[in-house]
Amino acid sequence: MSTPTTPHAPHAQHTPYSVRAEGLRKRYGDKRALDGFDLAVRAGTVHGLLGPNGAGKTTAVRVLATLVRLDGGSATVAGIDVAADPRGVRRRIGLAGQYAAVDEILSGRQNLEMFGRLFHLGGRRARLRAAELLERFDLVAAADLTAGDYSGGMRRRLDLAASMILAPDVLFLDEPTTGLDPRGRGEVWDSVRALVAGGTTVLLTTQYLDEADKLASRITVIDQGRAIADDTPDGLKSTVGGDRLEVVAADPADLAAVTEAVARVADADAAPERDMAERRVHAPVTDRVAALTEVARALQDQGVTVEDIGLRRPSLDDVFLRLTGHGAGPSRTEPASEPGTGGGTEAVEVAA
Amino acid sequence: MSTVDLSAGPVRGRFHWAVADCLNVVRRDLTHYRRRPSYIAWQLGFPIISVLLYGYVFGGAMKPPGGEGGGSYLDFLMPGMFVMTMAFGFMNTATTVVSDASKGVIDRFRSMPMAPSAVVAGRGVTDLVVACAELTILVATALVMGWRSNGGFGATVGAFGLLLLLRFSLIWVGVWLGLLLPSPEAAGSLFAVAFPFTMISSIFVPPATMPGWLGTIAAWNPISSTGTAARDLFGYPMPGGTGWIEQHAGLMALLWPLAITAVFLPLAVRRFQNLSR
Repeated sequence: MSTPTTPHAPHAQHTPYSVRAEGLRKRYGDKRALDGFDLAVRAGTVHGLLGPNGAGKTTAVRVLATLVRLDGGSATVAGIDVAADPRGVRRRIGLAGQYAAVDEILSGRQNLEMFGRLFHLGGRRARLRAAELLERFDLVAAADLTAGDYSGGMRRRLDLAASMILAPDVLFLDEPTTGLDPRGRGEVWDSVRALVAGGTTVLLTTQYLDEADKLASRITVIDQGRAIADDTPDGLKSTVGGDRLEVVAADPADLAAVTEAVARVADADAAPERDMAERRVHAPVTDRVAALTEVARALQDQGVTVEDIGLRRPSLDDVFLRLTGHGAGPSRTEPASEPGTGGGTEAVEVAA
Repeated sequence: MSTVDLSAGPVRGRFHWAVADCLNVVRRDLTHYRRRPSYIAWQLGFPIISVLLYGYVFGGAMKPPGGEGGGSYLDFLMPGMFVMTMAFGFMNTATTVVSDASKGVIDRFRSMPMAPSAVVAGRGVTDLVVACAELTILVATALVMGWRSNGGFGATVGAFGLLLLLRFSLIWVGVWLGLLLPSPEAAGSLFAVAFPFTMISSIFVPPATMPGWLGTIAAWNPISSTGTAARDLFGYPMPGGTGWIEQHAGLMALLWPLAITAVFLPLAVRRFQNLSR
């Protein structure tokens, strides 16, 4: 991907961070949408910004994309200060997702050509770039159909293509898969991975934990306008105690024996937890495989019948619950469908 | 990965890009009408049906005010219909702006390195172009029905100029409302306000025939001044109005739109700038 070279604002190569935010503050009336929010996104990575509805994710993205002015704090994007040179920032970013739409009356091609001209590419280069992006985002077959008739996944891909017209250094994706069916979600994920392979830095907001887990190499958890955790997905999971060994006894009478066996392999400072109703005993373990084999052998020797035994890695849901004291928004089984974005299942799939 | 040169083109001034971006927004907006010609039909539907209803259904029974000069009700009605079409235009502006704002198109424009003024200015230019098209279609309908301008060429052009001036001033009302309203559905309900607003005027009947207080309101309605001035210029002056406002319709047809622009243009611009609050 070629990097646009502009006469103004030298590219900040000396810092490994593409996005830096310190102490961002933004209030709407009495509500503090951002309340001292910090963020550092390494160049060339996908960084997840994870939080429930109303946590401040979208406000953070709108501030960094120069759509909203800050009340306090400072931020640089691609090395440029968002408050001092918003136009310079706009030349280097792309914005896609929830609140940056494509034109529903124009065709896909007309959309990309129009945005290309408004990115000051001129008519000829705008046409060439549109053709290139249609190919790259697998929209050639639907290029001349009305964008409003696209499926949810196709529309988000067109949205991504429009945000990639200048091959920006930094791409903001605001809940890019909200309201999409699994197929549409997979299409968007593939596109994001391809962009990052091409060198783009992506800041991805999501309320879906598995999305952050799959795409992001680092995750910032935001709640009530503040970053409450910042780590790798694995690092975050280990904050809730790492892997756990879990045994379900067939007979409640064996629970004492099971607890004893699990306690022998559990981490030194952690006693096994017991759930009588489900006949379940679990405890954090460090040497996972050894612990599993030892407990299995011990219980077999004692003649205890086990209904289930296994190792369980904590999910990001556990992390979220631990960090915020509440869940992470809508569950994956009932994705929140967004009015106006067109559910992928209802829209007609036009692409081959 | 791109084979297209994406570097910035030759350095040009802010003004160059403000104009170029504005024209590109106009091109986009006009492409909408090319892809959906029915939009124009919808916008013109009400005035054309009104022209046919009032012209043919009521036309025979209605005596034109001041009709001693041989004018028909159609001669009285048509300038009013032109004014009504221009006046209703603010709803089209509001509807398209609120649709772009609620769907995120305006946010995408604002996240791009284009001139921010182009978003609003482009809408304004488009609406004037569309208003010209609407007037052309309406005039053609009127000519078919037998309406003719009695004024000279200059006066006739002047009358259309006043009509477009009114439409121009209402663009800013529409942009302001479009950025204020929460949804396109809310913009649809503007008709409930716009319809009485155009009825309480001199468009269909002379205010002198209304109860005194209502007649005064109707006479001071900005669109009455444009209507009266246009009738004068088309050569079918409407007698009966003795108030100051009716005696100075030509002047007020200029002053009212300028006043509306002076109030609503800054309001619309402020509202646009406040999007980044």
